[in-house]
Amino acid sequence: MEMIEILQYSFVQRALLAGVLIAAVSALLGLFLVLRRFSLIGDGLAHTTFGSVAVVLLVGVSPLYVTVAAVPLVMLSSLAIYKLTSSRKINADAAIGIVSSLGIAAGVVLASLSGGFNVDLFSYLFGNILTVNRAELLVSLLVFIVVLAVVIHFYDDLFAVTFDQELAQSMGVKTRRINVMLFLLTAVAAVLAMKVAGIMLVSALLILPALTALQLSLSFRRTMIAAVGFAVGAVLCGILFAFALNLPAGAMIVLFNIGFLSAVFVVKKLSHWRR
Amino acid sequence: MSVIRVEELTFRYNGIDVISDITFAVEQGAYLGLVGPNGSGKSTLIKNILGILPAARGRIELFGEPLGVFRRWKKIGYLPQRLGALNAHFPGTVEEIVQMGLARRDPVDLKRTLSKMAIGHLAKRLIGELSYGEQQRAMLARALIRRPELLIFDEPTTALDPETRDVFYALTRTLNREEGTTIILITHDSGIIGQYAQYLLYLDKKVIFSGTFKDFCSSRDMTGIFGLDSQHIICHQHDANGSRA
Repeated sequence: MEMIEILQYSFVQRALLAGVLIAAVSALLGLFLVLRRFSLIGDGLAHTTFGSVAVVLLVGVSPLYVTVAAVPLVMLSSLAIYKLTSSRKINADAAIGIVSSLGIAAGVVLASLSGGFNVDLFSYLFGNILTVNRAELLVSLLVFIVVLAVVIHFYDDLFAVTFDQELAQSMGVKTRRINVMLFLLTAVAAVLAMKVAGIMLVSALLILPALTALQLSLSFRRTMIAAVGFAVGAVLCGILFAFALNLPAGAMIVLFNIGFLSAVFVVKKLSHWRR
Repeated sequence: MSVIRVEELTFRYNGIDVISDITFAVEQGAYLGLVGPNGSGKSTLIKNILGILPAARGRIELFGEPLGVFRRWKKIGYLPQRLGALNAHFPGTVEEIVQMGLARRDPVDLKRTLSKMAIGHLAKRLIGELSYGEQQRAMLARALIRRPELLIFDEPTTALDPETRDVFYALTRTLNREEGTTIILITHDSGIIGQYAQYLLYLDKKVIFSGTFKDFCSSRDMTGIFGLDSQHIICHQHDANGSRA
């Protein structure tokens, strides 16, 4: 099938647009998370999303709006991770593990109690960007605008907190407010990323573009722009190749992300070797 | 005018008092040496003063305002102890770090401050790629560009070579004497305290001593802690340094 022909399908257009928006949001937030050693929060929140989707389906929300309806529960889980982490008695990885296992366990038990849902709960494990509906596209656009506005408006504070939280506090930055904001936005991004890559691969969208950009040793602003560039490139290539070759889009997007990371690694090694 | 006023400050962690009933004040233009053994609560006290750690009890005032309502953070420059724990992969250039949090970014001011710290040539380099000494100078430039009235250094010269260390302390003296910047210096090096500080605060979970060098030199409590010989050496260094000033 010709590429031009593929692009004429409205569901492909929706998928590409939503994919680009969600990838950009994930990459922007991912850079802060990776640098603050919260890389696995996406994984944890994705697992919580599984439990939240089960709850939402159990209370009878239409399958069309399941993704959007799951957002508040995932935000609460994100705040729980933040609260556990900031108590200084539980490390970030352990806190993520606690909330993550609770999410999966709750999802499985609820699915079992309900005797099965009309939609296949397990289809959320692998996601399908090509089924993005109009409501989800609008939510993606809204979240993109909000995240972009937050990053621009609070850029200095986010930069300072990411560099050194205590130093940021000594400069008068309201670090708790910045952290809560970052965790809440990450929760929304994780739910949306689930639609793109599935629960199993959400953390890849948050981590891989940031990691790839970090290999380039650029300034903070340029690293951020590079991360968004890699994320958007991987989504566009992933969706188009997946559609053309009849392969799962989520997995293809992740593979392209890993391909970019590997390519940057190789180029970097070669340039070091040549010096 | 007091730049810092602390009254009956207590900080608890896991139900244990890390510091208790701390009362002292730092006047504008002073150079205070904050000393004490490991685990005596020196860094904890500074973190309480800066609002990084919440005090269990007591009152803190910065520039005459209670800590809870204090907003003029630009007046304070802080160089934390654990700079060595800096994320080597952090993608921030020296100029990004130095200008961090500045409302107005003046390239001339940036250039002047970096030159003062002899790191003008490192402006575009990533902070993680620099040596410890260069990172320290970048962090000091970050503190200075804000033109603070109070500078707080927590063990600033750990792992610095003696030459860089001397340059650093000479700069703190210039800032204090010529620009009137109030300085608080936490250090284990009693020789450094003798050379540079005008006032001493000896902390060991409580304030053991607080006063001028004259008081320190005649304090029997301090003789008990430092030993007669060390106390004499510190006082001699202070006198020699004071006479040079």
